[in-house]
Amino acid sequence: MELCKKTIYELNELLKRREISCVDITKSFLERIKEHDSSINAYITVCEEKALLQAKEADNKLKEGKITHLTGIPIGVKDNYLTRDILTTCASKILSNYVPPYNATVVDKIFDAGGVVIGKTNLDEFAMGSSNESSYYGAVKNPWDLARTPGGSSGGSGAAVASCEAVAALGTDTGGSVRLPASFCNVTSLKPTYGRVSRFGIVAYASSLDQVGPIGRDVRDLAILSKYIFGYDPLDSTSIRADIPDYLENLPKDPSEIKGMKIGIPKEYFFKDGIDPDVLDSLSFARDIFVDMGCEVSDVSLPHTEYAIATYYIIATAEASSNLARYDGIRFGYRTENHDDLAELYMNSRKEGFGEEVKRRIMLGTYVLSAGYYDAYYAKAQRVRTLIKEDFDRVFSTYDLILVPTSPTTAFKLGERVDDPLKMYLSDIFTISVNLAGIPSLALPCGFSKSNLPIGMQLLGSYLSEAKLFQAGHAFQLATDFHKYLPPLNKKGDKG
Amino acid sequence: MINVNDVKYIAKLARLEFGEDELINFTHKFNEILKYVEKLNEVDTENVEATSHVVPITNVVRKDESLKRWSESKILEMAPESNDNFFIVPKVLS
Repeated sequence: MELCKKTIYELNELLKRREISCVDITKSFLERIKEHDSSINAYITVCEEKALLQAKEADNKLKEGKITHLTGIPIGVKDNYLTRDILTTCASKILSNYVPPYNATVVDKIFDAGGVVIGKTNLDEFAMGSSNESSYYGAVKNPWDLARTPGGSSGGSGAAVASCEAVAALGTDTGGSVRLPASFCNVTSLKPTYGRVSRFGIVAYASSLDQVGPIGRDVRDLAILSKYIFGYDPLDSTSIRADIPDYLENLPKDPSEIKGMKIGIPKEYFFKDGIDPDVLDSLSFARDIFVDMGCEVSDVSLPHTEYAIATYYIIATAEASSNLARYDGIRFGYRTENHDDLAELYMNSRKEGFGEEVKRRIMLGTYVLSAGYYDAYYAKAQRVRTLIKEDFDRVFSTYDLILVPTSPTTAFKLGERVDDPLKMYLSDIFTISVNLAGIPSLALPCGFSKSNLPIGMQLLGSYLSEAKLFQAGHAFQLATDFHKYLPPLNKKGDKG
Repeated sequence: MINVNDVKYIAKLARLEFGEDELINFTHKFNEILKYVEKLNEVDTENVEATSHVVPITNVVRKDESLKRWSESKILEMAPESNDNFFIVPKVLS
């Protein structure tokens, strides 16, 4: 049986019944990676030896009767998560030789639960991008159409799960970076409430927006993963103390169990001009499904939506310019050979080490924080951020969830937007407000376009409402089967 | 609208540098983005407080105790240039 096509839940059942071993599972995924990754490029580093050792250890734990849901489960980890003794590059030349001395907290949690880290997945450089085209290690290809992007910045993570090169993957989401790949690659992902998951050991892009995001085959697998990765961490001063319900236990057994949930549809996310008609059709279909399941669906308004992108690109870049100041060629990472003095060492290490998009965002951030411009841009953006957050607070005072598309289009072609940064930034139009407000969002498949490209939707909830998101999302996945489709990859990795 | 000299100045602040050929293209794209973010001027933020942080927690502190986690040699492993317990850098004071 093709183990690499199974979910965490299914693999766990097989392990419990002793029908397979953890080593069998890891071998299946390693085989799959060997078959397809040369055409997808989802991985920067494949940890073959370490993964097999971890799998053997997991089998030993199994023999002792110690099993968790993650025992023996191969997970891909985005290459901006620090992994001890494993190359961690952030898809940048400036860290192309960096081997961390410690694990990110979340990575430790995966290991403690008996999970296997099968490899480090590709991303847009320093997580800055919406298409995974800015990686120093080359673009990731969408398994559904190798001439198209998988979305970004966690494109490697999304593509790995979509092509069964990992059962699940961890990414990061600052402006939509796990949700856009979920939409483009037909997988399910979550951006948790800000503070739910420790950011310790995860390379910072924009500290008030970054959040760990799990990506998986379905909502049930994300409910499982969340149990293990959520939690307060004293090493992350922005991490919150909050109850973690048993998400798996709380999932509905029948779609009708979510009857009565109130779902808002914000008119600002459903304009005719600029959204693919196939996307509008799929969202309309999804709305009908929720109505059939007994939910109360009605129109709402989030009036400051149109200002979200501008707000984000001021705040995120400002924070990024500060966070990326540490890459200076002094203590770690790439150091230039062209320098006569310290100033040149800094300048040339960064000039030679960073890619164009990273430089652009550092420059934008530096500008908006510079003397004379701080009030006009950064302080202003922080105030608009409050208004965006208040829009959501107002809707959630009477609604359980909000339903929106993830992207105005299906996966665009490689190269289509690289020369137009502003156009690229507008890809995030439906995902970005969520990070500004800090609320959780579940992204899941809701259809296919006429040319067989995946379409995704998001369920948004109020602060700490992941249980409701999982319930509604799982109910949707009981009533539909979009999430079960796999891309048509044949043995050689070409489009079937 | 900012010009090529403004871009050179910002680059200096950010410890970056652009080649002459890159500068014009970069300045052009930069201006497009700046023009777009001017949009925020349409929003009335008169009595609105700034949100710097979405989570309702403040001033997270811990005891001022050393949590020595790694040896000096471990930390220096990734240094581009090192000697003994020191990172080697070009002369700072001339």
